[in-house]
Amino acid sequence: MGALSRKHFLDLEHAPVQDMHKILNTAYTFREVLDRPIKKVPSLTGKNVVNLFFENSTRTRMSFELAEKRLSADVTNFSASSSSLKKGESLKDTVQNIHAMKMDAVIMRHPTPGSVMQLTQFVDAVVINAGDGTHEHPTQGMLDMMSIHEKFGRLEGIKVGIIGDILHSRVALSNIYGLVKMGAQVRLCGPPHLIPFGVESLGVSIEYNVDLLLEWADIVNVLRIQRERMGLGVIPSIREYRHRFGLTSERLANHSKEVVIMHPGPMNRGVEIDSAVADSKQAIILDQVLNGVAVRMSILYLLLSPGEEGA
Amino acid sequence: MKKNGEKISRLFLTNGTIFDSSTQSEMKATIVIENGKIKEIGQIDVSPESHRVIDCPGKIITQGFTDIHSHFREPGREDKESLKTGALAALAGGFTTVCVMPNTNPVIDSPESVRYIIDKSAALPVKIRPIGAITEGQLGTQLAEIGDMVDAGAVAVSDDGVPLVNGQMMRYALEYSRMLGIPVINHAEDVYLRNDGVMNESALSTRLGLPGNPNISETVMVFRDLTLAELTRGRIHIPHVSAAQTVHLIRQFKDRGVNVTAEVTPHHLMLTEDKLIDFNTHAKVAPPLRRDEDRDALIAGLKDGTIDCIATDHAPHTIEEKEEDFISAPCGMIGLESAFAVINTVLSAHGFSLKTILSLLNQCPCSVMGWDLDAIHKGKTANLAVIDPDHKWVFGDHHIYSRSRNTPFIGIELTGKVETVISGELLLQLQ
Repeated sequence: MGALSRKHFLDLEHAPVQDMHKILNTAYTFREVLDRPIKKVPSLTGKNVVNLFFENSTRTRMSFELAEKRLSADVTNFSASSSSLKKGESLKDTVQNIHAMKMDAVIMRHPTPGSVMQLTQFVDAVVINAGDGTHEHPTQGMLDMMSIHEKFGRLEGIKVGIIGDILHSRVALSNIYGLVKMGAQVRLCGPPHLIPFGVESLGVSIEYNVDLLLEWADIVNVLRIQRERMGLGVIPSIREYRHRFGLTSERLANHSKEVVIMHPGPMNRGVEIDSAVADSKQAIILDQVLNGVAVRMSILYLLLSPGEEGA
Repeated sequence: MKKNGEKISRLFLTNGTIFDSSTQSEMKATIVIENGKIKEIGQIDVSPESHRVIDCPGKIITQGFTDIHSHFREPGREDKESLKTGALAALAGGFTTVCVMPNTNPVIDSPESVRYIIDKSAALPVKIRPIGAITEGQLGTQLAEIGDMVDAGAVAVSDDGVPLVNGQMMRYALEYSRMLGIPVINHAEDVYLRNDGVMNESALSTRLGLPGNPNISETVMVFRDLTLAELTRGRIHIPHVSAAQTVHLIRQFKDRGVNVTAEVTPHHLMLTEDKLIDFNTHAKVAPPLRRDEDRDALIAGLKDGTIDCIATDHAPHTIEEKEEDFISAPCGMIGLESAFAVINTVLSAHGFSLKTILSLLNQCPCSVMGWDLDAIHKGKTANLAVIDPDHKWVFGDHHIYSRSRNTPFIGIELTGKVETVISGELLLQLQ
């Protein structure tokens, strides 16, 4: 068992507050490492980590890989598109193969909610969720919290708006679980049919008017509108979405208050966020990217480092 | 213990209480069974040497159960269940008659395929009565040979597993089968409202990030079918009711005199969506497990007769399939072996008498299908279940006779157990 209270890092719904604090504190330490000329520490020398991606990902995988390498772990990448899985090899088979290779940690992304938790039944290795379908993306949740904390010096009482397709967003769900537990206020904004059923029970509020949300919020997390959903008849048009929910330059110009802007990437510039807004000094989007590496180093270190016993 | 049961030519059941569901009468007596028939009932002296005797003090002897909704996967997926293994699973649950759904490969949609099922199961210890498809290949576009299937022995029609989306086709089916006197059973889910839902739509589905299937996807479809039944005076049977709103709707239409019957499964009576908190694929089923208020409505519906009977929706799947991820894993669970104990546990806690509970498994399903249930009477074929109503036990892997093992009931404590089943000359004593 590592320095966190749970063996795996699967979700923020069940993550204890003290674990999240510990991850953030350690991440700040690694953030300093990332500013050094030589950005590598020997913490995980001799540890084998596999990045097991059943769904396309560039950023998250790169971020994990970088984090692993900077901790001096040995890294293996495994990519299988979800379509090849459907051709016959079961999740269990794939995973047991990898298990037989005696990995210390498995970083997994998969299109199905709960699949990463299922994985823990089949392997002894430490398992980290890199996104399971529309369920959670807990390392994203941690890096978003780190970025908010870095900006405001605290999470407690910070007003966080999340804008977009909440229903299909694992980022939103992990944001909600983490932020609510850390004492932030969370308000969701998006097309009503893309706000999931009963989400208020998770301790958040809803605002359909993005201008009112911007008046209220200290910081907003702008979710990507997946172009794949456009063809399904769910969103009237890009034009209307942009008009109602987009973070356009005109919209921000009408607000005296300078709200901080986050985006988990990849961005659809000109759809949910204007280029000028994404590149403005209000945006901390690139800080999120750097914090992502630090947070992932922190989680890997806390779960895998032998020297951290009971620390 | 002989897992396949044993042939027995002469058997005495002594000191039991006979509960005859067909007459709702009760008596204490010895039953003598000879060559598969009830030879005698009464106060009979038993001499130990010449006969097999099963002493049944404190036990209830009643008619074997009838399941009007099972999936036996033959032809096509005998690796999940065959007619033979399904029959054993049925027997192990106290069932002596089972209606099998036509969603096999190929689909049972012709008189030839109906006869195949009947011939193939003729020698089995359980009476298997096929349900034919409503439409050819269950594709929803061309009415199947319903009349010829009924002549061949089909007892109802259903495209179960696949909702009949086309309302006009459903109207044809109801009008046509009215002439034949058989029920039409539609798997009631509006496929558009179900969308990609894999569990009940609720705050929990939001919490788990799983696509939700709302109650009303069932209720909307049932409304269409009930109004069509009212219009056509056809005979509609609603399978596996799961949502509170559906119960209320059926009640309204029954009050208006529409010829409708409905069933509920043991799993919808005992379990709720909470069973899915750890993404347990064994609890993934269609329609999905719902919430406490739905369970309460289902139980109330059984109590006031809105829901007529229990049916298992026994749906075997391989371990490999159920070990897939939650989206990929198929819907369904086996249910024959655990059915009585599950409903007895739930319903006895809600004030149902044992007689009522047993009737929901033997008399009521027969009434739904329009069949007479044989009385427990001299000269009748011996189709009997011996029940210990107070036995507390934990359902385990070794209680499963099905070829598949997909059930969320393993490890759950149940009250009441089927101990012995007699189906003609076959005797099965259960562990």
